[in-house]
Formats: sequence, structure tokens, C-alpha cells
Amino acid sequence: MTVLAQPQFTSPTIEYSVLYPLLIVFGAAAAGVLVETLVPRPRRYLVQVVLAVGGLGAALAGTVLVALNLSVAAGNVSARGMVAAEGAVAVDGPTVYIWGVLLVLSIISVLLFAERRLEGGVTAFAGQAAALPGTEAEREASTRGVEHSEIFPLALFAVGGMMLFPAASDLLTMFVALEVLSLPLYLLCGLARRRRLISQEAAVKYFLLGAFSSAFFLYGIALVYGYAGSFTLAGIDRAVSDRVGGQNLLLAGMALIAVGLLFKVSAAPFHSWTPDVYQGAPTSVTGFMAACTKIAAFGALLRVFFVGFGGAQWDWRPMMWVVAIITMVVGSVIALTQTDVKRMLAYSSIAHAGFLLVGFAGVFTGSGNGTGVTSLQSILFYLTAYGFATIGAFAVVTMVRDAGGEATHLSRWAGLGRESPVLAGVFAFFLLAFAGIPMTSGFIGKWSVFSAAWSGGAWPLVVVAVIMSVVAAFFYVRVIVLMFFSDPVGEGPTVAVPSALTAGVVAVAVAATAVLGILPGPVLDLAQHAGAFVR
Amino acid sequence: MSGFPWLTVLAATPLVGSLVLLALPRRDGNPARLVALAISLGTLGLALAVAVGYDAGAGMQFREEHSWIAAFGAHYALGVDGIGLTLVLLTAVLTPIVILASWHDGDNGRYSVNTFFAWMLGLEGLALGVFEATDVFLFYVLFEATLIPLYFLIGGYGGPQRSYAAVKFLLYSLLGGLLMLASVVGLYAVSASSSFGPTYLLSQLSQVPMSESTGRWLFLGFFIAFAVKAPMWPVHTWLPDAASEATPGTSVLLVSVLDKIGTFGMIRFCLQLFPEASRWASPVIIALAVFSVLYGALLAVGQNDIRRLIAYTSVSHFGFIVMGIFAFTTQSAAGSTLYMFNHGISTAALFLVTGFLITRRGSKFITDYGGVQRVAPVLSGLLLLAGLSSLSLPGLSTFVSEFLVLAGTFTHSVTAAVLATLGIVLAALYILLMYQRTMTGPVRADNAGIRDLGVREVAALAPVAALIIGLGFFPQPLLDVINPTVRDTLHQVGVSDPPPDVPVSAAPRGAGP
Repeated sequence: MTVLAQPQFTSPTIEYSVLYPLLIVFGAAAAGVLVETLVPRPRRYLVQVVLAVGGLGAALAGTVLVALNLSVAAGNVSARGMVAAEGAVAVDGPTVYIWGVLLVLSIISVLLFAERRLEGGVTAFAGQAAALPGTEAEREASTRGVEHSEIFPLALFAVGGMMLFPAASDLLTMFVALEVLSLPLYLLCGLARRRRLISQEAAVKYFLLGAFSSAFFLYGIALVYGYAGSFTLAGIDRAVSDRVGGQNLLLAGMALIAVGLLFKVSAAPFHSWTPDVYQGAPTSVTGFMAACTKIAAFGALLRVFFVGFGGAQWDWRPMMWVVAIITMVVGSVIALTQTDVKRMLAYSSIAHAGFLLVGFAGVFTGSGNGTGVTSLQSILFYLTAYGFATIGAFAVVTMVRDAGGEATHLSRWAGLGRESPVLAGVFAFFLLAFAGIPMTSGFIGKWSVFSAAWSGGAWPLVVVAVIMSVVAAFFYVRVIVLMFFSDPVGEGPTVAVPSALTAGVVAVAVAATAVLGILPGPVLDLAQHAGAFVR
Repeated sequence: MSGFPWLTVLAATPLVGSLVLLALPRRDGNPARLVALAISLGTLGLALAVAVGYDAGAGMQFREEHSWIAAFGAHYALGVDGIGLTLVLLTAVLTPIVILASWHDGDNGRYSVNTFFAWMLGLEGLALGVFEATDVFLFYVLFEATLIPLYFLIGGYGGPQRSYAAVKFLLYSLLGGLLMLASVVGLYAVSASSSFGPTYLLSQLSQVPMSESTGRWLFLGFFIAFAVKAPMWPVHTWLPDAASEATPGTSVLLVSVLDKIGTFGMIRFCLQLFPEASRWASPVIIALAVFSVLYGALLAVGQNDIRRLIAYTSVSHFGFIVMGIFAFTTQSAAGSTLYMFNHGISTAALFLVTGFLITRRGSKFITDYGGVQRVAPVLSGLLLLAGLSSLSLPGLSTFVSEFLVLAGTFTHSVTAAVLATLGIVLAALYILLMYQRTMTGPVRADNAGIRDLGVREVAALAPVAALIIGLGFFPQPLLDVINPTVRDTLHQVGVSDPPPDVPVSAAPRGAGP
């Protein structure tokens, strides 16, 4: 008797040689969990910091090696790289570029997490998150100087998810990555040491709205599967190009997937979580989230829509035009009325999502003679510039303090230019970069997304973006006026002297913002070298 | 010319100087002032050296060109032609004068004296860079960067409303600047699809083919930015506020140097890059310019605040300059360029003299003065000279340029020229009324304590007065530098001077027996 249908099982081939940076980060995160159980409490902080920075550093080195060894993809001369892990992960030029930027920004974020001097010897995270705010247990935890060193493995898990998100080449992997990056962030948001209620409120809001948007995303995946019969972006692309029937399924699926992704990049009208979460979360987490989540989400957005839905771009471009305009208007105009520096930066982050979407909606993939700044290149550069300035700006926010912790109300920032000209100058520099004033990275970033959009035929969008830039400039300038030309109300804010960690992060951010503004050539070349997505 | 980067050194000297000033100790302001003066004089020396080495009629000179951001086609490219050189000289001449005149103006500001002079030198360096840039991207970057030192100079060291004035100035400029950014981006898109590949070099961009509508839209972006900067009606309202709140020195740098970027940009970029669009827009622009001339003059007549008065006279004078540029005759364009220089000098004199007066009396309102001539004869004499130069008295430098502008415009449009001439009449009114009310008549009791000018103040004003008179009698050296460049520019626009109605050769024959 012969077995007629012998189960055919071939083990999947996993290309460890290109995926190992990802595995290093997840491995370090898992090791961090073990450290929590095995290492005695007093030594955990140091071990965790070293493990996190070491893991991220090793992953960064690995990313560089992987990037150097990428080969030209078959059938597409402008793309380098491969689709690994049975079609689940694409390791190509844009992926390794995003990995590199994410890892550098994560390293400096982790250094911010590790800051202990500003809070008098403990981190800015809740001593015991389980203790209810205002109870005896909380007081006890704080007098004992307890701190949660779990934040480091949590951050590593989030970074791992962020790395996988823009690399995912099928929608299911992308969904898993989305959850892996989101869940630790929800937790991190609720862990502030001061103002714990608002922090917990932020976490709950973020979680509920995030879960909601994940559901949209998942439903979109289901509809698109119904249309294309495939989860992989290449399969969807083939179905879209062949114009198989069921356009309605495709349109609905695309729209729902867009909702999920636009939520993560905080584009209007899916932005309402951003100000609350940015305000409530511990400031170092806000910086990390604002910079890194945006990078990862934009990477995923670009990949899904350029690779998977590229053939249907005439269907989704009008939608992206509208979203870009709404996002810029909402971000810039509502920011005008903000009185809290973190909320203002949150709306600024929404406005920047709008400017990035301008480059995205241009869908410019290069002119005939192979020159010109492409949409992908411009967005990658913009994200790099924006990431450094954002983390730097939030690092400055952690240093301006009064008796109740960070003094985030803008009225408390009046006269900061007298109190500490250097710190106020640094913050003004970041604001000028956000406003896109020349000689800063923000200007080159704006220039490149606008030029990509213009080359792609979206010049009306560029005009709107330019006008919104003026509105945005107004609220940045307002803060500069406040810091330099207003007198402090009552007792002015004090500028706490941070340890070398925060000071170093600010210095790196300032240097990056200046260098990317004056000599952006190398980074632009790197972004250009990233080439196109592999399919 | 021998490969030495003269222009880089020229622009970098004040920039480095401003960093040196910041590094100096703050305790005693005196070394900072002297260092600032020395650096600005050194810059002037370099500028003169460039002027001596300049060969009139040989086009763009002292070129430097390095690739900067290859992906954008941006270059670090410098060079001067006749127009650029004129404005470089203006900047280099005025800065030491302003520093000398503002000796104590930084004392009562929000920040230290060092910072005050550091911003001034920084502004000088950036302005020099703007006039030297031959790459649109580099120009744009420097153009926007000048806003920052100026913003801090107005906001940090001005009058009670300085913060408002600084923000208003910045927002107007940013609005114009960002519209220009849209056009700069558009230029990139146009050049990237041309045979040159992405480029921002002026020399290449002027050859890039461009459709009619594209050229017109891009022209508008540039023109509006320059009109805000110049400033022209109706986007001039930031100037009176800024000029009346800033210190006199800042106002001089603002009106005499920085605002010239607007008119300079019109000649350099609007005309050269978009010749077709310039011709298309010229009737409207000339109409706006004439309106600016009359509007600025009328409002100047009605001002009680001396500084606002001077600001409005500038709106009027900038109307003349813009009109001359867009009249497209060699005479009017050369006149406009010369006017940029002369207006810079004469407005500097006005702002500085009235600044000295206002510091002494502590009021900027005309109604608070009377009979100052008796107590401060030197001051009032210099005010008269500056005023007469502002109203273009024959024999003073501005007369030559205003005459050239009007004569050139006349052949282009009689109506515009006649209407603009009314501006001269009004100029006599606003200047002489101001002089009469403040200087003549019996000395008011509260004016009796006004001291006459000191040695430092006279020393600051002497070179300005010498230039006003000297260039009035002998403007030829500057015109020799300006004329070839103007001819080249107009050739680029594709216009030639209208032929005279009476044939030149016919005149002697008709006059014969």
C-alpha cells in the first residue's frame, strides 16, 4: 500500500544573512526580559541600558553590512535587494536606509530614556506602574527610588516592530509588525513618573484608537485579499495590473488600509490621538514615538501604495491629495492656538505628516534621463531630517523644569532666552528647522518633497504647502518671540542641568540638523542610492 | 582673478568676525565695538580691492563655482557683474558707517553689545553673499538667511513695539520667500527635464527652454517675493513699522541694503530668467510702481513720526527704481541701478541724522521739535543735506539717477513718467515740511538742551555726505561699471531702446540753409 498523497513539506528558506539585524534587535529585547528576572534590581538599570544600546548598535553595524552587500534585483535595474523569508520581508535599498535611520534614532532615544539626573537619580518613568496614582503604594515606591527598567526591552520590541513594518512585503506580516510596534508603545505612553493620570489617559486613548485603526487595517487586508487572492504585495500588484474584476473590493480595501497607515503617520482626519498622546506620554517616549513611528509608518505607506497599489495610483492619488491638504491645514492652523509646548509639537508633527504626504501624493519616480529627486528619496531625506530635529526638540523640553516637573505650558517658557541663551538658542534652531528656514535640515527636506511633488505634476499641492508653511512658521516664530523677547511671568522656568546622556543627544541632534542643512549631499545620495522598492 | 577666492573671502570676513565678537568677553563693550569697526573696515578694503580688479564690460567676474548639492543641481557659485559690484560696494561702505553711528545703540538692548554687533556683521556677510550669488539656490538660501539676523536686530534692540514689528517683518518676508520657494522648486522641475539636467546656475537656467505659462507662473513667485522685499505697494506695510521700531543703524541696513535685494533680484532673476514673462507683466508692474511712488510720497507728507516718514519716502523711491527696471530702456535701467546705490546712501544719511536727533530729544514725533537749527547747526545742516538728496536736488547724487529713470521711462511710457514726476514735487513737500517744522523757527524750550553732533557722529556722516555730493557731480565711474551689465541684461530680455522719433542724421540737414 502506497501513500498516495504524501504530505509535501519543504521547510521555508529564511535568508538569515540579510535578516539578522532584525533578529539582533528582537534577540536583545528577549534577553532584556530575561535580565529582568535574573539580574538583581540594583544592577538592572545599567545592564539594560548597555544591552539595549549594544543590541541596537550591533543591529546598526549589521544593517550597514547588509546594505553594502545588496545586489541588483532581478528584472528591475533601479532596485537592489531581495524578497526574503518566503516573500514576507523585502530587504532592499529603502528598507536598509530606513533601518539605519531608525536604529540611529532609537539609540539616541534610548539614551534619553536612560537620563536619571533630571529627576534626581531616577528615570522619568513611573517607579511602580501598578501602584495607583496618589496612593500610599505609589508614595512608598517613589521614596524607595524604585524604577522600571522594563522600558528598555519594551522600547527594543517597538524598534523591532518598526523595522519589520516598512520591510514587510505581505500584508499579514505588515499587520503583525504593526501590532508589535504598537503594543509596547501603548505601555510606554502610560509610564510617566509625573502627572500619571494624564499619562495613563494618553495610553488608554492611544490603545483604543490604535486598536480601532488596526481593525480597519485588518478589514482592508481581508477585502484586498478577496480582490487579489494574495497577501503579498507582488501578488496584489499583479492583480491590479491585470485589472481583474471586483474594483469595488479593491477600492474599499485600499481605503481601509490607508486609514490604518494614515492613523500611524498621524494624518488628518485620523490625527485626533496625536496631541493627547504626545502631551501625556513621558517626553522622551514622545520624542521616540514622534520620530521613529512616523518613519516606520511612512516606509510602510510608501511600500504598500507604490508596490502593491502602484498600478491603481490614479484611484488613490486624489484621495492622498485631499488627505495631504487637510493634514497640512489642520496641523498648521490648530497649532496656532496651542498653549502647551508638547501639544504644539504634536500639531507640528501633524503638519509635517502633511508636508510628507505632499511628496507622497506627487508619486514621482524619476524623470526619463534618470535624474531628479524622486518621491521616495525626498521622503526618506525628510524623515531623517525631521527625526533628528524632533528628538532634539523633545530632549530640550525635558530640561525646562519647575517644581512640578517639566514646565510644558508655553507661558512658562517666556524669557527663557535670558535664563539660558544656549538652550533657548538650540530650541529656536530646531523650531527654525521645523519651519523650513534655509541653512537647516528642514529646508532641504521641504525643498526635496516639494520638488518631487512638482515633478510629479502636483504643483497646486506645492502651492498649498507653501502657504501652509507660512502659517506653520508663525507658530514656531511665536515661541521664539516668547523665549527671546518676552519677560518671564512670575518666577521664570529653570533649566535643569542634564547628565551627559541628554546633553549628548541634543548635541547630536543639533549637529545633524545643521549638517543636513548645509551639506545634505551625502545623505541625499544615500537616499538616492536606496533606489526603488523590490517587488 | 588669479584663482584666489576673493568673493568668498569678502563675504566670509564679516561672518567670521561676528563669531569672533561672540567669543569676546561681555564685561566691557568697548573692544567689541572696535573689533566690529575694524572688521567692517577690512571688509570695505576687500570690496575696494575687488572693485579695482573689476574690468567693466567683461561680464561676470571673480567667478567661483563648485558643486554643492548634486542631487538638486545646486552650486556654490559666486561672481559679480556691474550691478552686483555696485551693491557689494554699497553694503561694504555702509556697514562701517552704521557701526560707527550705532556706537551706543546696542547698550540698552535686550542682549549684549557683542551680540548686537555680531548680528550686524552677520547680516553684512549674508547680504554680500546674496549680491554675489550666481546660483539661484544659493541666492535663495542666503536671501532667507538674512531674515534671521535682521529679526533679532529689530526684536532685540528696538523701540517698545519692536516685537510686533519684528514678527510682522518676518511673516511678510517669509510669505514672499516661501512663494519664491515654490518658484525655485518649479525651476528645478523645469531644468531637470531639460538637456542640462537639474541645475540652478544662472548661466544655464537662462538658456533652459520654458513654456510661456510656466515662465509666467514662476516669474510671479519671484516677483512677489521681491516686491515684498523692495517693498512695493500693497505689500509694503511692514516697512514703516519695522523702520520706526528698529534702531537707526538697523533701519539703515534694512532699507538701504536689505531692501535692495528686492530690486536687485528683479534685475538679476526676474529679467534674466523670465524675459518673456517680464515683458508680459511690465505694464501692470509699472502701474504698481507709479502708484507706489505717489502713495508713498502722499503718506510721507502726512506722517508725524520721523522714522515712518523716511520709511514712506523709501516706498516712493523704490517705486522709481522698479519703474526704471521694467521700463526696459538702457537709461532707465542704468538709472535704477545707480538709484539703488544713491538711495542707499541718502536714506542712510537721513536715518542716521534723525536717529541722532531722536536720541537727543527722546521723541520721534515732528511736533516735539522746533528751532533745533539754532542749538545744533551741524546736525541741522546735515539733515538738510540728507533731505535735499532725498528730494533729488540737482547737484546731489540722487538727482542723476532719478533723472535717468524718468528720462528712460519717458521714451517707454509718457503717462508713467509724467505721473511719477509728481512724486518729485511731493518729495519736496515732505522733506521741506519736516525740515521746517523741526529745525527752523524759534527754539522750543524743551529743545534747548539738544547738543550738536559729536566728533564720532560727524565722522560717521562725513563719508556719506561726501558720497552724496561727489557722486552728484561725477557719477561716471559708477555708470561705467553699470552700463555694460545693463545692456547685457536688456539684451537678454530681448528689448532694445525705442528709436528716437527724430532721425539723428536728419537733424543737421533740416537745420541747414
